[in-house]
Amino acid sequence: MTAKFQDLLDRVTRVRDVSGAFIVSAEDGLVVADSFMEGVRGNAVAALAASLFTRFRDASGASGAGVPKFLHLQADHGALVAMPGADDVIVVAVADAGVNVGLLRLEMQRVVEAGT
Amino acid sequence: MPEDVSAMSAELAGNPDSLVFLQLGEKLRLAGQLDAAARVATAGVERHPVLAEARDLYARILADVGRLRDAQALWTEALVLDPRNLGARKGLGYLSFRAGDWDAALDHLESALAVDPSDRSIVGALSSIRTAFAELEIQAARLEAAVFSGLEGAEAKMLLADDRGLVLGGRIADRHGQDRSQQVSAHLAGIAQEAERACRILNLGSWQWIAGEATEGNIHVTQPTERSLLLLVRDSSIPSGRMVWIAERAAAAARKWLEEQAR
Repeated sequence: MTAKFQDLLDRVTRVRDVSGAFIVSAEDGLVVADSFMEGVRGNAVAALAASLFTRFRDASGASGAGVPKFLHLQADHGALVAMPGADDVIVVAVADAGVNVGLLRLEMQRVVEAGT
Repeated sequence: MPEDVSAMSAELAGNPDSLVFLQLGEKLRLAGQLDAAARVATAGVERHPVLAEARDLYARILADVGRLRDAQALWTEALVLDPRNLGARKGLGYLSFRAGDWDAALDHLESALAVDPSDRSIVGALSSIRTAFAELEIQAARLEAAVFSGLEGAEAKMLLADDRGLVLGGRIADRHGQDRSQQVSAHLAGIAQEAERACRILNLGSWQWIAGEATEGNIHVTQPTERSLLLLVRDSSIPSGRMVWIAERAAAAARKWLEEQAR
């Protein structure tokens, strides 16, 4: 993964309340590139986000809503956000519950548009 | 295919310990050569007594010839050897369904789905069983429409399911008007399980909702109660913030309805 993606992931992580950003293989949940703070379980985030996204994609297709472009899991103490990129990868971010999702989404979109 | 069978037979003759018997036996089974398949499978079980796949193969052959009790015993043994054996789970699910024990069938198929969430044959089987359940539960079906009565989209854009993926009320239809409730509810339980697992392992607390934007519409999933799941689908023009608001109203209606049903 080039330095370009690393820079873009670093930008995602600099959004307030974001503790980690990842490019993940949707098929096997493995990390392709990452940028995260100490204490974040990078491999776990990647695997769990990929699994959730895959399940959600199946449900979305079954419901007639089509292919997911954005996924946001909101929990009491945090949030998990995912966007699909090219070549069956997912851009994933983990953040505190109060994160500005709109801003986070913009930065994640940059990663997607950079050609993941 | 005969060449494949010949080649595999030759390989097995040269090396009786080879695991190629699994492919050979399955090819013979699919070709309808059940006696030959059974010979290959029994030899495989004898040579590989702790290989769950060998018993699964033999069980499938026995099921094909109608020896369902023997097939059940073999699949049960396969699960003892390997509790995650997919073939055995699917086989026992099939036998349970045939026997009318739909709860057991659901248990086996849900376990199989946990092993391989991408196996569409399992999703399809689960969907079929749930459809059958739904057809029998006429009284419940009559009550379905009442869950979200008076709410926008109640007729085709809201679905209430239990935590095992069974439809409790509401309905989801695609843009052609086709009912997708059973298929969606089958996936819904899996989403909730994944959300719960992610939050637990990542120490995020309890999950509150999942919002998604897709090419043809927006989706919102939440849990009105501990054992129920609510899904909303709306077109892309509905902003995510409004989806949360609609979902809160629908969840309140669902909780009220569930309380009434419990009385």
